Amino acid sequence: MSFVQGLRCRECHHAFPAEALHVCEWCFGPLEVVYDYEKIAAATSRETIAAGPASIWRYANLLPAVNDGAVDLGAGFTPLVRADRLAAELGLGELWLKNDTLNPTGSFKDRVVSVALARARAMGFKVAACASTGNLANSVAAHAARAGMRHVVFIPADLEAGKVVTTAVYGPSLIAVDGSYDDVNRLCAELASEQPTWAFVNVNLRTYYAEGSKTLAFETAEQLGWEAPDHVVVPVASGSQLTKIAKGFRELHTVGLLDDEPHVRVSGAQAEGCSPVATAFTEGHDYIRPVKPKTIAKSLAIGNPADGPYALDEVRRSGGGLEAVSDQEIVDAMLLLARTEGIFAETAGGVTIATLARLAAKGVVRRDERVVAYITGAGLKTIEAVAPVCRPTATIAPTMDAFAAAFEGIEA
Amino acid sequence: MATVRIPTQLRTLSGGAAEVSVDGSTVGEVLKALDAAYPGFQARLFDDAGGLRRFVNVFVADEDVRFSDGLGTAVEPSQTVSIIPAVAGG
Repeated sequence: MSFVQGLRCRECHHAFPAEALHVCEWCFGPLEVVYDYEKIAAATSRETIAAGPASIWRYANLLPAVNDGAVDLGAGFTPLVRADRLAAELGLGELWLKNDTLNPTGSFKDRVVSVALARARAMGFKVAACASTGNLANSVAAHAARAGMRHVVFIPADLEAGKVVTTAVYGPSLIAVDGSYDDVNRLCAELASEQPTWAFVNVNLRTYYAEGSKTLAFETAEQLGWEAPDHVVVPVASGSQLTKIAKGFRELHTVGLLDDEPHVRVSGAQAEGCSPVATAFTEGHDYIRPVKPKTIAKSLAIGNPADGPYALDEVRRSGGGLEAVSDQEIVDAMLLLARTEGIFAETAGGVTIATLARLAAKGVVRRDERVVAYITGAGLKTIEAVAPVCRPTATIAPTMDAFAAAFEGIEA
Repeated sequence: MATVRIPTQLRTLSGGAAEVSVDGSTVGEVLKALDAAYPGFQARLFDDAGGLRRFVNVFVADEDVRFSDGLGTAVEPSQTVSIIPAVAGG
C-alpha cells in the first residue's frame, strides 16, 4: 500500500481515504485509486519486475494491494501467443492472443479477485461476496476457499451448468437469483449497504478490484519486449476491463517502463443480444441506454454497464471501433479460434474473435498493425454453446474394417 | 406513502435511516418530497439540468425506471423506491 495516496472521484475529483468505498458520496461517480507515480518510478524497473513472481504480483507497485500469499492462487502472467494461422484467416498481419483461459479458475477474473481479496484481508474483512455472471463467482469462491474466508456469491439462476458446478465445488454459499445479472447486481448493491462487513469485490471493493485488470496491459507490454501494441480488441461487459487495459499502457509510460508514449487503439466487442455500448458508439450517443440482455455470451450479459460511458470514451478517443456480433458469429468464431490456434475459449472469446473478424473486414483493424486480442475465459465453462456441433465424426464398431469404412467417408 | 430506500452514501441526510416514507405518486414527486423532508437530496441526486445524475439509478418495485417513464414513473403507495449507485458490478 505504500504507493497508494488515497481515492478520488473520477467525476467531481473529491478526495476520499483509501477505505472500502467505491462511489463518491457527492455525485455518485466512481472512485479511482490515486498513486504516487514518482515514488513508483523510483522503486520500479524492468529488472525489478523480471525478478518478481510469474504472476500479477510482479506488478505489485502499480496495484492497490500487496501480495498476500494466503489469497494467491497464481493469477496472471498468462501466455501471449502469436496467432499466424488465425491472422491468415482474417487477412491480418501481426496478431497476438493473450490467453487468459490459463488462469487458476479459467478466466481473467482471477486477476481482479486476487487484488480485491488481498486488499479486503488487509482491511480486516472475513467474508468475500460478489454479483457474478459466472467467471467471477468461480474466482471469488476459489480464492476465498484458499484464504479461509467465508464467501457469499450471487449469480443469475439461468447460468451455464459448468459455471454453477465450478463455483459450488468450493463450498457454500452460492445464491442463484431468479432474474438477470442486472437484477443480481442491483440486489448486491443494496445488500452491500446492509452488510458492511462483507467485501463485495465488485461493489464496495470495486475501486481496488478493477485495478487488477491493468495487469492485462502490463503483461502484454512486457511480453512484447516492453513495447505497446498498436491495437487491442477487448470484450465489453461492464466496460471496466477495457478502460483499465487502456489505463495500464498509459501508466507504464508514466512510470518510465515504456520509452515512448503509447498510442494504443482500443476496440470493444459485444454480443448483439446485449450491446448497449456498441449501440451508443454506432448511433453517436455519449450516454448508454440500458438493455435487457438475451445472448449466449452470458459472461458479457450486462445490460446496464457501470463503466459503459468510460469504455465508449476510450474507444472513441483512441480511434478504435465497437461491434456487436450475432450468436451464430460467436459460435463460428469459437470454432475458428479452436481450429486455427488450439485455444478453446468461452463464448466471450467468440465475441472477441468475431468482432476482430468484423473490424478486420471493415479495415478498422489493419494489416500493418500489431494487434492483441484478449481471450478472457476458458471454453469448458460454456460447453453448451458448441456442444450441438462438436460431436464425434464417426461412431464405429471396434474393428479395422469399420474404421476403414468410416475414415474413407471422412476423407472423401 | 411510498417507502424510499436510502443507500449508505446518503444516510447522513436521512439521519442514518435506511428507509423513509414520503408522499408522491410519481418518482419525481417522491424524490421532491424526500428533499423537502430531508434537505440535501435534490443536490445529490440531480444534475444542473434537473435530470437524475448519470451514476444514480432509481428503481420502483425493483424495476429500473429507465425501462418505464423515468421520473414520471408511477409509484403506488405500497411500493418501494430504491436509490442505488450505478457504479457496481462487472
